Amino acid sequence: MSDQLQELYQEVILDHNRRPRNFRLIAGGVTQEGYNPLCGDRVLVSMNIEDGIVRDVAFEGQGCAIAKASASLMTEALKGLTVAEAQERFAQFQSMVTSAHDEPPADLGKLSVLAGVREFPTRVKCASLAWHAAKAVLDGAPAAPVSTE
Amino acid sequence: MAAETVSAVETAARAASVREEFPILAIEAHGRRLAYLDNAATTQKPREVIDAIAGYYTTSNANVHRGVHLLSERATAAFEGARDDVAAYFGAAHRHEIIFTRNATEGINLVAQSWGGRHLTAGDEVLISAMEHHSNIVPWQLACERTGAVLKVVPIDDRGALDMEAFGRLLSPRTKIVAMTQLSNALGTVTPMAEIIRAAHAAGAVVLVDGAQAAYHLPVNMQALGADFYVATGHKLYGPTGIGVLYGREALLDAMPPYQGGGDMIASVTFEKSTWNTLPYKFEAGTPHIEGAVGLGAATRFIRRVGFDWIAAHEADLLAYATAAIAAVPDVRLVGTAPVKASIVSFVMEGVHPHDIGTVVDRMGVAIRTGHHCAQPVMARFGVPATARASLAMYNTRDDIDQLVDALHEVRRVFA
Ligand SMILES: Cc1ncc(COP(=O)(O)O)c(C=O)c1O
Repeated sequence: MSDQLQELYQEVILDHNRRPRNFRLIAGGVTQEGYNPLCGDRVLVSMNIEDGIVRDVAFEGQGCAIAKASASLMTEALKGLTVAEAQERFAQFQSMVTSAHDEPPADLGKLSVLAGVREFPTRVKCASLAWHAAKAVLDGAPAAPVSTE
Repeated sequence: MAAETVSAVETAARAASVREEFPILAIEAHGRRLAYLDNAATTQKPREVIDAIAGYYTTSNANVHRGVHLLSERATAAFEGARDDVAAYFGAAHRHEIIFTRNATEGINLVAQSWGGRHLTAGDEVLISAMEHHSNIVPWQLACERTGAVLKVVPIDDRGALDMEAFGRLLSPRTKIVAMTQLSNALGTVTPMAEIIRAAHAAGAVVLVDGAQAAYHLPVNMQALGADFYVATGHKLYGPTGIGVLYGREALLDAMPPYQGGGDMIASVTFEKSTWNTLPYKFEAGTPHIEGAVGLGAATRFIRRVGFDWIAAHEADLLAYATAAIAAVPDVRLVGTAPVKASIVSFVMEGVHPHDIGTVVDRMGVAIRTGHHCAQPVMARFGVPATARASLAMYNTRDDIDQLVDALHEVRRVFA
């Protein structure tokens, strides 16, 4: 396997793909759909926000390993943050997966395993899908399905 | 057996030499030999086509049908010569039955709007199949919305074959047009088009054949087939993008109103009234894609030189080889196993999304398509969000298939 492929499909990503965390919907939570019609990736991101704090985040859906692992890692990363912190995390994540190859990617802790998608421009939309759905909930504007295509 | 082996060897040798006529196939992809297996999306171009386009710009470029000067005469001759090539390729009775369009999609839209606008009324039926490309669904939905006609869909079975019994049942005096693919881009199914056309004609319906895929894999002859309309697209016919073909029977085209208005399509214009030019120009408004037509003409000559006898035999051999080899990869399931197929192997792999397959094999030099192939109803019919699809062309060889199969084993290792 090429180095870039190894970088993309790291063990952590493969593991989250096989055993996605928080793979459920939250009863009484706010749910937002993310759908990329061209590739068929579809996620439902479900969130419970109380007193400005993300108490619980979960997701369901079908998609490629990158979309699923990114959603799964996101649920872990956002839980417990304030809405403002979670919005900030979204911005950091976006900038990590779209930054130029020659810049060192920002260190986002566990989320850094997704920095490899920078080398695969057609896959950035997969990694971003759940994040955009979460962003819509954080911004208080859940609506029609969001898309990253 | 011995004879078969000899011919397989000869076929392979010929394929290797055909491959050399396509300059792009010599490039490397991610440091590997390129195995281009995304032909159903678009084919690569032979040197002859590339040279024809460059030659047109170096010796003949001008606008067509207008100037009296040397270059305009050359450009017109090149453009109309391409129409003759295309008419010969499709076996049209008259050269003016060949309308140049942008692509297959535009040909279908032209018929749906112009023919449909004139002939469809409330309660009429348009009959398509469950394996159509979106290009042969949406224009009919729009036409039905405008006219009150009803869209009916012939189902397919679990192998992806057209349900001919249902077709017989759905065909009725209300059916005004049958619009169907000759070769499904998502499943590889070849439909029994001659039989479909006979039955439709007997029921009083006209037939539009979506030949976007079929036209470069199967010999198609309008006289033998009896199609009323046939659409094809240049970029899959080893020609350039931006040029397509609509064949229509003269009597039908003559009776249809123009599709777009503008230059070239008129006989006379006053502010009170304009009159239409004769065929084919009535349907070719504005400056056409001249070098596109020139490239397409060259492509049809190239295909005829290679010859469908060889192309069909070679691709059938390769399809059988690819089908067996891909199906033998553990956890792989084929989507589309109709008894009569050409050129396409769609598949899914248990536990691995098609996109991940596509990304891994790409890094191993193999280009395949992953997604819904502009045929979402087909994906829904088979209960999958997407498939991976390997699609063949005349220049593919068993080496390409072997490279894909090796890459699929790598996919399994990564996602084990
Ligand atoms: C069966 C079929 N019909 C129609 C089309 C549309 O072709 P184009 O996009 O060139 O108009 C395609 C191309 O993918 C096709 O495979």
